[in-house]
Amino acid sequence: MLKAVILIGGPQKGTRFRPLSLDIPKPLFPVAGLPLIQHHIEACVQLEECKEILIIGSYTVNLMQQFVSDMMKEYHVTIRYLQEFTPLGTAGGLYHFRDQIRAGDPAAFFLLNGDVCADFPLKELWKFHEEKGPNAVVTIMGTEATRQQSVHYGCMALSTDAAVTHYVEKPSTYVATLINCGAYVCAPTCFHIMAELFQKKQKNYYTTYVATLINCGAYVCAPTCFHIMAELFQKKQKSYYTGNGVHTPEYMSWEQDVLAPLAGTNKLFAMQVTNWWSQLKTAGSAIYANRHYLQLYRRRAPARLSLGPHLLPDVYIHPTATVDESAVIGPNVSIGAGVQVQAGVRIKESIILNNATIHEHALVMYSVVGQDATVGPWARVEGTPSDPDPDKPFAKMDNTPLFNADGRLNPSITILGAGVSVPAETILLNSIVLPHKQLTRSFKHEIIL
Amino acid sequence: MCGTDKKLGEIRALILVGGYGTRLRPLTLSRPKPLVEFANKPILLHQIEALVEAGVTQVILAVSYRAEDMEKELTEQVSKLGVSLTFSHETEPLGTAGPLALAKDLLSASPEPFFVLNSDVICDFPFKELARYHRSHGKEGTIVVTKVEEPSKYGVVIYKEDGQIENFVEKPQEFISNKINAGMYILNPSVLKRIELRPMSIEKEVFPFMAKDGELYAMDLQGFWMDVGQPKDFLTGMCLYLNSLRQKNSPLLFEGTCVVGNVIVDPSAKLGKGCRIGPNVTIGPDVVVEDGACIKRCTILRGATIRQHAWLEGCIVGWRSVVGRWVRMENCTVLGEDVIVKDELYVNGGQVLPHKSIALSVPEPQIIM
Repeated sequence: MLKAVILIGGPQKGTRFRPLSLDIPKPLFPVAGLPLIQHHIEACVQLEECKEILIIGSYTVNLMQQFVSDMMKEYHVTIRYLQEFTPLGTAGGLYHFRDQIRAGDPAAFFLLNGDVCADFPLKELWKFHEEKGPNAVVTIMGTEATRQQSVHYGCMALSTDAAVTHYVEKPSTYVATLINCGAYVCAPTCFHIMAELFQKKQKNYYTTYVATLINCGAYVCAPTCFHIMAELFQKKQKSYYTGNGVHTPEYMSWEQDVLAPLAGTNKLFAMQVTNWWSQLKTAGSAIYANRHYLQLYRRRAPARLSLGPHLLPDVYIHPTATVDESAVIGPNVSIGAGVQVQAGVRIKESIILNNATIHEHALVMYSVVGQDATVGPWARVEGTPSDPDPDKPFAKMDNTPLFNADGRLNPSITILGAGVSVPAETILLNSIVLPHKQLTRSFKHEIIL
Repeated sequence: MCGTDKKLGEIRALILVGGYGTRLRPLTLSRPKPLVEFANKPILLHQIEALVEAGVTQVILAVSYRAEDMEKELTEQVSKLGVSLTFSHETEPLGTAGPLALAKDLLSASPEPFFVLNSDVICDFPFKELARYHRSHGKEGTIVVTKVEEPSKYGVVIYKEDGQIENFVEKPQEFISNKINAGMYILNPSVLKRIELRPMSIEKEVFPFMAKDGELYAMDLQGFWMDVGQPKDFLTGMCLYLNSLRQKNSPLLFEGTCVVGNVIVDPSAKLGKGCRIGPNVTIGPDVVVEDGACIKRCTILRGATIRQHAWLEGCIVGWRSVVGRWVRMENCTVLGEDVIVKDELYVNGGQVLPHKSIALSVPEPQIIM
């Protein structure tokens, strides 16, 4: 029996996915018509041996409950959402819920990062892991990156039998072009390693950190103490994101605390794949991921793709959406539930979320149109594609920052937050509009709060 | 030269057609400026028709460039109007006064005053009134003046209540007058004595001296006026012209379900379903506007095609150009002759040279060679 664990983080994470993540938790953002992590679930249920899927994150249960019960109904597999109440790092949550994961004595479990998109070859990964024998603790799905881009990921070197001999997370200089895809097979023995680590951390925490805090409990404070506290707070916050600071002993980074020490012990392996893979960090990468998931449907679920004389493949249209037959849609378009696309509309390379309305003759390209948003007649909503360089083999999405060195907005896809309205005949170019804004004119290269 | 069978005593007019019309490029790369259609009629024909209306029987065109094209096309059109056309060729540009010296023989053939006008001007031409007023004061010359909002950009005319011009002030910093030279004059043949056959400016080297001698009068122009020598003003002038047609209840204005405001459409043009055309649009002969296109404040020249769902505002689309589906063009975009703009592009203030095919958006104003 196998299980799967999907790590989805929480609302404090995924800020680079704003404003899309302001309305929908990022793991539930629809890509190719399905919530992001439904693609993970689909990959898991391909394996009959996979009997239970656990989703771990710090989103509140009520945000996730509906999704979880929908998924159980759809895939007839046990799915549970486990909420972390304090941020415990990528491995902390896993360790915290170890009993739930081990329950029923699975032979192994898949571990999937919620913010990666891929054609997950889980069957092959499992087979590969099994062949490595009982010593194998973790097998990483790895893929080739360019020399330049590799340093933004976990980099690893392999021996001839695919054992990871060296692992380093986001090195400052080039190490290897083989990178960690954030998808693993883990033997339950990984919890032993984590337990040891946890005990070492706990010991360390009480001897060095807590000791410094013991005093009499009576103070005179200058208001400047807040400056010191602010500094500390920022340091902590930073170290939380980089994973390098002082944390509760329960805090554990999967990559740095578990994978890196396992390298060179002949317990960590990597399977190199050439399947499509991408991270979903920025909103721009949503359009790229959308294209690839739609492409996967051709093989995996052709019934999901809509066909028609005015549809340029690949296109997903939710059954409850109404699309006028004079509208020309595609390629690479996903249209959500209840969306209305009127006569003479043109949409390409875009995601249209639930209940949005695109009025007559409007054009939408390289954009995400939020829930309940409206685009007026003859309006033009246009972004700039930010796909990986097609001329470089193994190039990945560049997760470019929002602003360039001159403080100008980097050209990116255009995003309309929920409930935004774009007036008739205006143009919205390379802009980001926060939710519920009623625009009254054209905008270019702007963030509209 | 042609049309030299002039009669004594007839009213003559000289039109300063002049040079290359560089300001109206890329349109003037394909056609001489006076032949570019303004509101579906060559600019020059607007003037010639108004002159004929005022009783002019001989028009002298002072040209220095592409005279052959012009001779061929204009002679044919003008013959219907019962006016004789004479071409006075400059071998070098002679400015605004030199051409009068060049045509001295024709202009001094009778003692009657003659009209002189710049070829870029569009207005309700007041030639009859101008001739009447000129005769009433009996001096050497009268210039038409028009009111502008920002006189500091021009040379202004200072004149007395009775119309006698005192002097001219170039680009005044302090407000002294809002009346500028409208580029239309009536002059007695005696003025020719003040002009030499060399490059010479009538505004700077002739009028100030006439004013000094008390021989120059000003007449206020009623209604609109525009120098349509560059694309932005060409479109503004078109709006003013169409508005004046509306005020006259002109039958030229098109009425139809898909039309908003003042629009003229050549009868040979085809308009699709679900379009919105106007306000302030001119659609030329043989133009095709496909279904669902929206066109505002534009001139679409002969034989052009505007494809489905395109949106155009403030553009001039050159002869036989094709604007693709879902294209957005705005901000004084000018397409030269036979330009193709591919589907779904955005063109913002593009000046596109003839016979070009555009496959990439032009997000900022730019010249496309």
